[in-house]
Amino acid sequence: MFYREAGDFKTTYAKDNQTFPIAFDRYRYYFVLFMAIGIVPFVINDYWANAILLPFLIYAIAAIGLNILTGYCGQVSLGTGGFMAVGAYTSYKLMTAFPGLDMVTITLLSGFMTAIVGVMFGLPSLRIKGFYLAVATLAAQFFLVWLFNKVPWFYNYSASGQINAPERTMFGMAVTGPNAESWVKYLFCLAFVFVLAWIARNLTRGSIGRQWMAIRDMDIAAEIIGVNPLKAKLTAFAVSSFYVGISGALLFTVYLGAVEVGEAYGITKSFLVLFMIIIGGLGSIFGAFAGAAFMVLLPVLLRNILTDGMGWDTALATHFEFVIVGAMIMIFLIVEPHGLARLWALAKEKLRLWPFPH
Amino acid sequence: MPEQLVFAMEVTLNGLMTGVMYSLVALGFVLIFKASGIFNYAQGVMALFAAMTLVGIQDGRVPFAHIINEVLGTDIHYFGWEVPALLAILLTVLVMIGFALFVQKFIFRHLVGQEPIILFMATIGLAYFLEGVSDLMWGSEIRNLDVGLPQGINDTIDQVTFEIFGYGFFIDNLDLWATGIAAVLVAGLIAYAQYTKNGRAMRAVADDHQAALSVGISLNYVWILVWSLAGIVALVAGIMWGSKSGVQFSLSLIALKALPVLMLGGFTSIPGAIVGGLIIGVGEALFEFSIGPLIGGATENWFAYVLALVFLVFRPQGLFGEKIIERV
Repeated sequence: MFYREAGDFKTTYAKDNQTFPIAFDRYRYYFVLFMAIGIVPFVINDYWANAILLPFLIYAIAAIGLNILTGYCGQVSLGTGGFMAVGAYTSYKLMTAFPGLDMVTITLLSGFMTAIVGVMFGLPSLRIKGFYLAVATLAAQFFLVWLFNKVPWFYNYSASGQINAPERTMFGMAVTGPNAESWVKYLFCLAFVFVLAWIARNLTRGSIGRQWMAIRDMDIAAEIIGVNPLKAKLTAFAVSSFYVGISGALLFTVYLGAVEVGEAYGITKSFLVLFMIIIGGLGSIFGAFAGAAFMVLLPVLLRNILTDGMGWDTALATHFEFVIVGAMIMIFLIVEPHGLARLWALAKEKLRLWPFPH
Repeated sequence: MPEQLVFAMEVTLNGLMTGVMYSLVALGFVLIFKASGIFNYAQGVMALFAAMTLVGIQDGRVPFAHIINEVLGTDIHYFGWEVPALLAILLTVLVMIGFALFVQKFIFRHLVGQEPIILFMATIGLAYFLEGVSDLMWGSEIRNLDVGLPQGINDTIDQVTFEIFGYGFFIDNLDLWATGIAAVLVAGLIAYAQYTKNGRAMRAVADDHQAALSVGISLNYVWILVWSLAGIVALVAGIMWGSKSGVQFSLSLIALKALPVLMLGGFTSIPGAIVGGLIIGVGEALFEFSIGPLIGGATENWFAYVLALVFLVFRPQGLFGEKIIERV
């Protein structure tokens, strides 16, 4: 009834190629944007920002990044945590070495630094494929975490080995540090998410995105039709690491504020982001958001139900969380290997015909 | 003989022993991978689960005690009996076989024909699931595992080496036992695969699923079989690691250590798993001994992975792996 192409005439190529060709989708997208920018900052409080919105936005960036590498280019990476650490430590070094730099520049530079590191660890992907590559990226994970733990220069020789984000401002408002207000942090992250998601969406449907997908679907065939695997794989690693690095930087500077590398950027983080894209949907930007929302909301929800609602003890609730997350992943893979994004697409297909499916 | 060299020899020996432990975990991977093409990330958690179950049965703990107490408001923890080690091991083997049945029936039977990477991710999910179940069943505290294996320094080796080199080597009895048991286990597995009917079926399935199916081998049966075998290997690995450093969460992380072992040895080769384990064990021990102090130590966290990474660039299929032939 309301979700139709009918009557929506495209008169230019630009209109025909737009991301949301169906008017309803477009309005929904504008509505979500309006809510996110116009409403949420005014009603947000510390609990919502810290428990749900900030981690959601930050992990969404990481999930988009990993989705570019794994979902679009087919290179499984278990080194996400390590690359996030590169972003975090770069931003820390920049923040302390150049107090005058603004946070956007710092965060972008962290992304570029991570992209360079990512390309370095991506080089073996030209020879190593599949599982072997997944395990090889573990080398990045463990080596980088070890490096940041053992070389005191990275944490400015602080006694605890932790890094703490000093207060930095953006347009005169504190973005990092203990005095930053939650709506400022929220808007700061949201700006990054919006721009990065927009870029990712357009990259993946352009020439370079098609090259990635060709490599994913069959690399030898892709090579034969003229895709340069070196270029395709390394750009995927670079772009993916750029996103992951920005996410790691934001996680440290804006969200956590103080970080101990093994704890915040360990192997569990790599798996967390991997789960997000599996549950959300491999090879879909929407899927990255859906997966991030799911994995951020699930523990909060379970904690609310089990601990607060039923009065269970937190240890027990944590164990239960493991069981449920594990089971969810397996169920998703069995029922719908393409994740929430696929379910969403199916729902939209149904909606197009609704209420007269015949 | 210079002192450093003697130390290096001791480090090498201990590295070999650790390598055997890695091989034990890697062996479970190889078994499942060969037969079903599933790269089983959950192998380490299976070792943890098996060891936890063993300790739980030995101590006569009530499974799921924590949750029962929480829901019903009771306060039960123990049945009040203690089960002898051998019987407990047998019972644990039964539990692992039950686990194999569960995994096959509810998970991997529904994933037949999926891409390998999907299967791999499913095993990551399985690892989380099993870890949660293990914690729910037996709690998450560190447990001491004692099945009566001797522990502590081996005096004979200490004395003999003292007479030869003027310095007694520290070799743990437990490591010697682990090496012996691993050798027996591997020999047993190879004999099983070579000389029994089930073993032949296993090898046939590993060779070619469809051909095996067409001569009347039940894939389902073979898969349950290999998962059970992998469960038993996990139990052995769990006993060894558990007696060495207590049964705790970090046990499941040795699975990650087994990955570079597999990469070195090749995913499809049992001898490869053994040799790969030894190389990694010795390599990381020697590296930590010689280079570690210069760059801040704790290099064993990453050395294995980097070694495997560098190695793979030159030989992508591992030492003993089948040559990767790609067709379009």
